Amino acid sequence: MLKITDLHASVEDKEILRGINLEVNAGEVHAIMGPNGSGKSTLASVIAGKEEFEVTQGTVALDGEDLEDAAPEERAHKGVFLSFQYPVEIPGVSVTNFMKTAINESRKARGLEDMPANKMLKLIREKSELLEIDRKFLSRSLNEGFSGGEKKRNEIFQMAMLEPKLAILDETDSGLDIDALRIVANGVNKLKSSDNAVIVITHYQRLLEYIVPDYVHVLHNGKIVKSGGKELALELEEKGYDWIKQEATV
Amino acid sequence: MDLKEKLISSFMMFENNIDIEHPVHDVRTEAMKNFEQKGFPSRKDEAWKYTSLNKIQKVDFSIFPKEVNAIEYKDVKKYFINEIDTYKIVFVDGIYSSFLSETTHDGVDICLMSSALTKDMYKPIIDVYFNKVASKDESLTSLNTAFSREGAYIYIPKNKMPKKPVEIIHFATGNESTLMLQPRNLIIVEENAELQVIERHQSLTSNEVLTNCVTEIFAAKNAIIDYYKVQNDTENSSLIDNTYIDQKDKSVVKVHTFSFGGKMTRNNLNFYQNGEYIDSTMKGVTILGEKQHVDHHTLVHHIEPNCESHQDYKGIYGERSTGVFNGKIIVDKIAQKTNAFQQNNNILISDQATINTKPQLEIFADDVKCSHGCTIGQLDEDALFYLQSRGIPKKEARALLMYAFANNVLESVRIPELKTRINKLIAKKLGVNLGFDL
Repeated sequence: MLKITDLHASVEDKEILRGINLEVNAGEVHAIMGPNGSGKSTLASVIAGKEEFEVTQGTVALDGEDLEDAAPEERAHKGVFLSFQYPVEIPGVSVTNFMKTAINESRKARGLEDMPANKMLKLIREKSELLEIDRKFLSRSLNEGFSGGEKKRNEIFQMAMLEPKLAILDETDSGLDIDALRIVANGVNKLKSSDNAVIVITHYQRLLEYIVPDYVHVLHNGKIVKSGGKELALELEEKGYDWIKQEATV
Repeated sequence: MDLKEKLISSFMMFENNIDIEHPVHDVRTEAMKNFEQKGFPSRKDEAWKYTSLNKIQKVDFSIFPKEVNAIEYKDVKKYFINEIDTYKIVFVDGIYSSFLSETTHDGVDICLMSSALTKDMYKPIIDVYFNKVASKDESLTSLNTAFSREGAYIYIPKNKMPKKPVEIIHFATGNESTLMLQPRNLIIVEENAELQVIERHQSLTSNEVLTNCVTEIFAAKNAIIDYYKVQNDTENSSLIDNTYIDQKDKSVVKVHTFSFGGKMTRNNLNFYQNGEYIDSTMKGVTILGEKQHVDHHTLVHHIEPNCESHQDYKGIYGERSTGVFNGKIIVDKIAQKTNAFQQNNNILISDQATINTKPQLEIFADDVKCSHGCTIGQLDEDALFYLQSRGIPKKEARALLMYAFANNVLESVRIPELKTRINKLIAKKLGVNLGFDL
């Protein structure tokens, strides 16, 4: 589904990604771990198409199609979703209206009519129940005054609404208490199918107890320096990142 | 003949058509003298540094329309907040249109300045209020005072509240190739009374129109007034709006100014707090494009202790538009415990757009809270990416962000249908259809 080949990316002439290779197939969960500043969030942003980052070498392809020239919204229309570490507040635009706009824009891009209002409401109800989101929450301005946990839950709610092919969860566990973490993870697991894939970006192993990865990759200095199964996450939790750094230097 | 000379000679013609024995005429004559002496302000005047009236003075404006022009309601319906019932005071080319209006004398007076300035029954009120808060020094206000004859007159007695909001609309038909209008409004809201007003100046053609409007508002003790100015005029219309507000103890007056169009708009909004525990609020949303120009000059004079003022102006400037915000706050020595807040935030969405913003604080009391802040920036790229990553195209994403930026100014609009209307105007101005009503 996703094929990243020798990806180099920089921001303001500073190279952050230095040759990433990664292949994610439908039905898989990949975890990307690594110390602070290793390039995890940059990788997520580059896949989602953030213009600030310049791809200097290599490719990102979705279902065999090179995404190089695709704007962020076009990537979204093709099924890429990024759950943000710091979701942006949009005063005056309710969660419901925001979702309506997002869904109908995606439908428009696929040549479909707007989703009928009753169907939209049904979908919203169904997905908000999945994330245990209160109805009142949906009429509030998007992310405005939301707690850290509410913001993250709202991100996964958006993911549930948009049903992406490839979901990238960037530090979704940060700022979540254990109950919220369980709700969010449960939501992600329920959305998981053999047709879609998830990339979980995290600093800690905690989230991976709930969203169990098929593969774990360790990012260091803009490169994947180690890949393995879910047991690698436990090893990292136990030993920290220093040994990886040393191994990488050697 | 330039415009000043033309106005001076027109004043004599004007005198032929009014009762010059009426005491109000002494006020007019005095005002004319002041205008003759001072003329139009120039960019050498600090208050007019960024707004030039040079070009306007070269236009040969028609001062008095030659004929009465009828317009059909269906043709102008869209300019009214027609989703709700309102009182309407409507003028066409400066002349009252009884056909389009709905006035009342049922417990409150919502009618015409021409009646108030001529009929004996209004004389006691006119003696007390007319030209009492308006500046006698500022030349354009004097010019309006000199020609004051027509406009809206609203008197809300003690403890009354009209059943519905009042719309004051001035249409220009374009029957004259150029037209200068000088409406004069007087609004008095007595103790514990309430009033909501929506004011609009609307040209119906692309002919040149210049409006020099003066509105005097008196809010007695505990009075509550919401005043909304909708400025979305055509590309050849210019407006100089001079609004003067006198507030007494515990009165609450909010003025919202929505500036979305017109060639040149100058808003002189002046609050005088003549009492204690007064609340004065000024809010504005400005969204401009093309070569449009809007200049917001606000003044709050804190004369007595324990009062508050709030100013929040948001501006979005595109293409070659220019904006000015000048917010003056004066706190007199005895006006202790004053709370004065001022905020002016701007987004420039084009390299050619300009904004000049200036807070001007003159504080003579020592126990006060005054804060001011102004920002000029671009749209937040991270926020834009967030919206795009949800599948919202860049253009719509930008519009949503601009809407979000201006949104808190709309929160205090207390007429829901007006709010919907403003939201639609904003969406239109931003050139988007977001699939829901903003």
